[in-house]
Amino acid sequence: MTETTDYRPMWSELGLDLDKHDALLAALGQAYGDVFLSQENRPETMGYFDFVMGEIHGLRVKELVDARAAGRIVVGSFCVFVPEELVLAVGGVCVGLCAGADFGTEAAERYLPRNTCALIKSFFGFTLEKVCPYISACDLVVGENTCDGKKKAYETFADLVGREFMVLDMPNTKSGEGRAILKRAYLDFAARLENLSGVTITAENLTAAIELVNAKRRAMHRLARLRQADPTPISGLDALLANQVFFYDDPERFTQSVNNLCDELEKRVAQKVGVAPAGTVRIVISGCPMAVPNWKLPAIVESTGAVIVGEESCIGERGTQNLVDGSGDTVGELMESLVDRYFAVDCAVFTPNPTRAPHTLQIAKDCRAHGVIHFALQFCAPYQMEAPLLEREVEKGGVPVLRLDTDYSTEDVEQLRTRVEAFVEQLRGESEPIAHRS
Amino acid sequence: MRVIGLDIGSRTVKRVTLEDGVVVDHSVVPGSHDPLAVCDGVLAGQRPDRVVATGYGRRLFAEHRQAETLTEIRAVALGARHLRPTTRTVLDIGGQDTKVVALGADGAVAKFEMNDRCAAGTGRFLEVMATALSYPMDQFVQAGREADTAQPVHAMCTVFAESEVISATARGVDRAALARGLHEAVVRRSVAMLRRVALEDDIVFCGGGALNACLHQLIAESLGRQVHLPPHPQIVAALGAALSVNSPARSPRRVQ
Ligand code: SF4
Ligand code: SF4
Repeated sequence: MTETTDYRPMWSELGLDLDKHDALLAALGQAYGDVFLSQENRPETMGYFDFVMGEIHGLRVKELVDARAAGRIVVGSFCVFVPEELVLAVGGVCVGLCAGADFGTEAAERYLPRNTCALIKSFFGFTLEKVCPYISACDLVVGENTCDGKKKAYETFADLVGREFMVLDMPNTKSGEGRAILKRAYLDFAARLENLSGVTITAENLTAAIELVNAKRRAMHRLARLRQADPTPISGLDALLANQVFFYDDPERFTQSVNNLCDELEKRVAQKVGVAPAGTVRIVISGCPMAVPNWKLPAIVESTGAVIVGEESCIGERGTQNLVDGSGDTVGELMESLVDRYFAVDCAVFTPNPTRAPHTLQIAKDCRAHGVIHFALQFCAPYQMEAPLLEREVEKGGVPVLRLDTDYSTEDVEQLRTRVEAFVEQLRGESEPIAHRS
Repeated sequence: MRVIGLDIGSRTVKRVTLEDGVVVDHSVVPGSHDPLAVCDGVLAGQRPDRVVATGYGRRLFAEHRQAETLTEIRAVALGARHLRPTTRTVLDIGGQDTKVVALGADGAVAKFEMNDRCAAGTGRFLEVMATALSYPMDQFVQAGREADTAQPVHAMCTVFAESEVISATARGVDRAALARGLHEAVVRRSVAMLRRVALEDDIVFCGGGALNACLHQLIAESLGRQVHLPPHPQIVAALGAALSVNSPARSPRRVQ
C-alpha cells in the first residue's frame, strides 16, 4: 500500500488502535501484492482498483469523514438486502462493511461460540480490536435478521459496535407474507434514515438514487457479459475485486471506472486477447459472500491455471443482479419496485429457495463454464445445507460441481489446492501432468 | 524413455519406474520430516528422463527439483485403470487420507471425494488404535478378522477414539472385539463415502489400507460386491503418475 498522506491523526480520531491497525494494513498490503499485483496480463484500467485498495483505509475513509462534516449521514451494512438506494435518497453514503479476514478471532470468541462462521467472527474481531475505520465512521450500522448466526450475533453486537445500530427484520419465505415483511422492513429503514438525516424521501430523490445504483449495476452487468468471452479478458480475481469495491466506493466514480474497464475489455475481446489462452478451464464460484480481503479460494483456483468467469455470490450476482424499475411516479410505487428487486435475490436464508440452483446453472451456461465450485464457510448452515441440493440440480444440468467448505485461515490451503487441481484435471479431461507453476 | 512416478505421501514415498511404458522396478520407503531428502534417496542412481510427482508433497518436490505434477486423484484413477481396465470406482485408504474416485466408462474422472482434514478413518487411525491395544499391526488385523463379536467404537476422531478404547479396556472389554469394532468404524466411513460418490463395478481398493485384509473383507461384505485388490496396492498412484506422460491429452469438455 502506498501511503502518501499521513492518515494516522484521522485514524486516532476515529478511535482506532493504531498498532493493531498498522499490523492489519501491512498484512493486507502483503496479501494484495501477492495475489493481485503478481498476476500477468492485467487490464491497465485495473489501476484504478489497485489505487482504491491502496487507499482502502485512507482516502475513502477521509471522504466519509468529510461527507459527515458536510452533514451527510454514513450508513454501514453487512448484507446485500440492505438497500443502498434509500441511503442515497436521503443524501447519505452507504458502505458495505467487509468481514473477510481472520483478525481478532480470539477476541471474537469471547462473545461467540467457536462454531460461528468466519464472517461473523471477523466483524466482531474488527470491531473489538478497533481496526475498522468504516465502522467508526458510520452514523448508523444496519444488521438484518437473515441467518441464525447473524440474527443472534447482532444481539451482542448491538452493545459492542459503539454506533447507532438497527436490525432489519427479514422474511424467510418467498411468499406474499414474506414480501410484506421485507416491505415493512424497508419502510422502517426509510423512516429511520429520514429521521437521522433530516431529509424526506421524495419521488425525485428516490428516482435519482435508483438511477445511480442502476447505473452501477448496469456497469457490472456489462462486465459480467464481457467475461463470457473465450479467451476471457479479465481474471476472476480482478473481477472479484471490482465486485468487492462495488460495496464501498463512491457510486458515480465506481460506475465510471467499471465502464472504463469494460471499454478496455471490449477491445481485448475484439482482438481475442485474454488473461489465459482460449480453451482454458472456466469456473463459476457459487455460495457464501467473499468479503475483502477473502481472496483465498479464487487465488487457489486461478493458480491451477483455470479461470473464474462468474460468481453466484453476494459479492457478485446477488449484489448486482436485476435493476430497480425507476419509472414509478410516487414514493409508494418506487418502494414497491425496490422491494421487488431485492425480494428476487435467492439467498440460502430463504426456505425453500428453489430458484438458486437453476439460477446458478444458468450463470454457468451463460459464462460457458466447465464446472461450478460451491464455496461454503464452515458453520454456515444455510449454504452448507443447500450445497448438496444445488450440486444435484446443477449436475443434472450437465455441469460438474465441486463442493468445498473452508474458512479464512490458511491451514487448509494445500488440501483445497489438491481438490481444486483434481477438479480442473477432471474438467480438462486429460491426463497429461500439468507443468508446475509455483 | 525412463519415467519415474513418485507418490510423496504423508507416511511413505512410493516410486514406480517405467522403461518405455513397462514397469521395471518399484519401491516403498517410509517418509520423514524431510520429504525432499527421502525423495532424493529414492531417486539416487535412477537417472530418469522424466519425473512426475503426486501426493501431498508434489508441489514441494516440483519447486525444488525438476518434475511435473499430477493430483493423487487423477493418479490413482490412471493407475487403477491400467491394472484393471474395467475399473469404475477407486477407494484409496492412505496413511492420512481416504479418497473415492468415480470413473466414467471411458476412464475419465467423473467425481471424487477426499477426506484429508484429519486422520479419522485412515491408515494412521488404525495404527494408533493397534498401539493403544498393544497389538502389532498384523495381529491387530488378524484379531479383527477372527473376532466373534464387535465392540462398537463411536468416536472417529483419533484422539477421542483412543481414549474410548483405553477406557473400554479398563472396563475389561475384549481386545479382539475392540479390534473388530475399530475396523468396522473405518469401514462404515469408507462405505458411506463410496455410496455418496459412486458404486459402479469394478471396484478397486488401493493405498496402504488395502494391505489390511480385515478392511478388505469387511468392505466387500458390507457392499455385497466384489472389491478388487491390485497386486501392490500401495504403488497405484505412483504408477498412475508415471503412466500419465504416455496418456493422450484431450481438450476440455465441450460446453454448450
Ligand atoms: S448470504 Fe444472504 S444473508 Fe449473507 S450477506 Fe448474502 S444475502 Fe445477506
Ligand atoms: S456466511 Fe452463512 S452463517 Fe455466515 S453470516 Fe453469511 S449466511 Fe450467516
